[in-house]
Amino acid sequence: MMDWIEQWREVIETWFSSGFRTLSTAASVAWGIFMLVVLLAAGKGLENNLRYQYRDDAMNSLWIYPGVTSRPYKGLNKGRQIITENADYDWLEQQDQVIHATGRNSSRSMAVRFGARTGMFSMRASHPEHQYTENTEVVSGRFINDLDLEQRRKVVVIGKPVVDFLFLNGEEPIGQQLTIAGSSWKVVGVFDDEGSSRETNMFYLPLSTAQVVFGAGERIDQLMFTVPEELDAEAGEALEARMRKDFGERLRFDPEDPRALRVRNNLVSFAEVQAVFTQVRVFTWAVGLGTLLAGVVGVSNIMLISVQERTRELGLRKALGATPTSLVVMILREAVGLTLLAGCAGLGLGVLVVASLQKWMPENDYLRDPSVDAQAVLIATALVVLAGSLAGWFPARRAAAIPPVEALRG
Amino acid sequence: MIKLSGLRKSYASGGGRLEVLKGLDLHILPGESVAIMGSSGSGKSTLLNVLGLLDGFDEGSYLLADQDIKDLPEVESAGIRSRTLGFVFQSFNLLETKDAIENVALPLYYQQVRRAERMEQARAMLDRVGLGDRGDHRPSQLSGGQKQRVAIARALVSNPKVILADEPTGALDTATSHEIMDLLDEVQQSGITLVVVTHEPDIAERMQRTIYLRDGRIVDSL
Repeated sequence: MMDWIEQWREVIETWFSSGFRTLSTAASVAWGIFMLVVLLAAGKGLENNLRYQYRDDAMNSLWIYPGVTSRPYKGLNKGRQIITENADYDWLEQQDQVIHATGRNSSRSMAVRFGARTGMFSMRASHPEHQYTENTEVVSGRFINDLDLEQRRKVVVIGKPVVDFLFLNGEEPIGQQLTIAGSSWKVVGVFDDEGSSRETNMFYLPLSTAQVVFGAGERIDQLMFTVPEELDAEAGEALEARMRKDFGERLRFDPEDPRALRVRNNLVSFAEVQAVFTQVRVFTWAVGLGTLLAGVVGVSNIMLISVQERTRELGLRKALGATPTSLVVMILREAVGLTLLAGCAGLGLGVLVVASLQKWMPENDYLRDPSVDAQAVLIATALVVLAGSLAGWFPARRAAAIPPVEALRG
Repeated sequence: MIKLSGLRKSYASGGGRLEVLKGLDLHILPGESVAIMGSSGSGKSTLLNVLGLLDGFDEGSYLLADQDIKDLPEVESAGIRSRTLGFVFQSFNLLETKDAIENVALPLYYQQVRRAERMEQARAMLDRVGLGDRGDHRPSQLSGGQKQRVAIARALVSNPKVILADEPTGALDTATSHEIMDLLDEVQQSGITLVVVTHEPDIAERMQRTIYLRDGRIVDSL
């Protein structure tokens, strides 16, 4: 075995002897890998940002808002207000594919007082299952429970900003009494929400209690429910159509009337977002691989030129005893070594830039936590090295096949 | 050492083939020194290339050190070139990226000799050709005569049976030519078979035998 240090020394000598060419080849490969890493990270950042926009609500949920009919139906005029009530909730809860169902009544702003401090906060009255549709996180105490609804308890679960505003002296909020709309409510829990501050600047009441206190009777402003996570967009659309039909029969409106019942179908919305993710991924890979391909074509051309220029040297090496295989291996070593080195440099630089972005990039509306899939990038680098090998392989084979006498004539 | 019988060699030329060697018979003994002379286009360089296994031939036979050379695979030809033959070219053919000692050591690289041993043998060979102090010089830092000495050292380093030299003094001035020929005389006196293609009579006179080629045929042997 010839010692490998000598072999690589020879490769490095060759690189140095054609400095600019080596540098430009290495630069094109390194740039290709660098761009791939940065583009993939940017794509991931875009995707993370889109996911972040949807973080607030359960992706496997449907939200039903009763509206005003825009079509006459079975003798009833258009322009009729559709109203959902407790009986509709009870019916909904029993339906196939409905996992967690909740009703929700809302009020934009209500005065909430604790001691001498009074703040204006939004009110939501719901069933206990609401925390699953809204991804509400209880950070202390508990959320509204079935007993609260059954006994129409005057309990309240408040958002963290409400705590921060009302409890200035660091008192424990759980167990305290708040005055809301002139009556007293006991704090049983504190919640947080990944959504915007709008989602936490509020408090939750048991729906049944709120209906009595605020004179809503049986009325429920909106209904929401989650479905099995394995349901896809198509199943989501079928379920939505079924709901429109069943509610149409229950509440007497045309199921085809778009204004009678507005449905926010998160399954479909998320599938659309997923499609955007896929497009972003395809785009970033296409651009990245295109850049890489340009690098590989560059390496191929440079290897072709390099081998052509060194025909005489290869002829001499043959005269001195080099076998065709040893020449092919020598040229391959140069090509693989160069693409590997340059690929690693591009990879390292790309990872460095992405890490810097993660650390220093201010929060913005476009990119969130850009990162790269290490496995994908390593595979891409391996592919470039393979392409570099092929780029060297063909001219090397051709050069090695030239009779020594012809090669010596150069 | 070298035995040719009815050796023919032709090249594709235009639509047909141009016969360059037309049935050569030649016998060179071990340790013999032979000059090949002839006018331009007589086939002397082609003959040397065939003898050196740098080029093939069409018909006839070629025995080198009793080994039949006809239709040898390239790997075996490479082995024979490495172990049995040494080449000296008119244009030196040194690798510019390597210094003198590495140029000399190159044939040993292809014999898979370890680096330390290669360098030791190359240094000894450079000493033998009088360039012991120029080992770390690149070809661009050497004169024409010194380059040819390095080339001769490279031809000798693998201890070949035959040295084939193609116009070894063609690129050198008269004084340097004589120095190089003195060196080749020494090589021949050490028992190595020497075949030199030349068009210079005074170089040919130093050889034990001179073969004259004309139009692809041996016309005289003195």
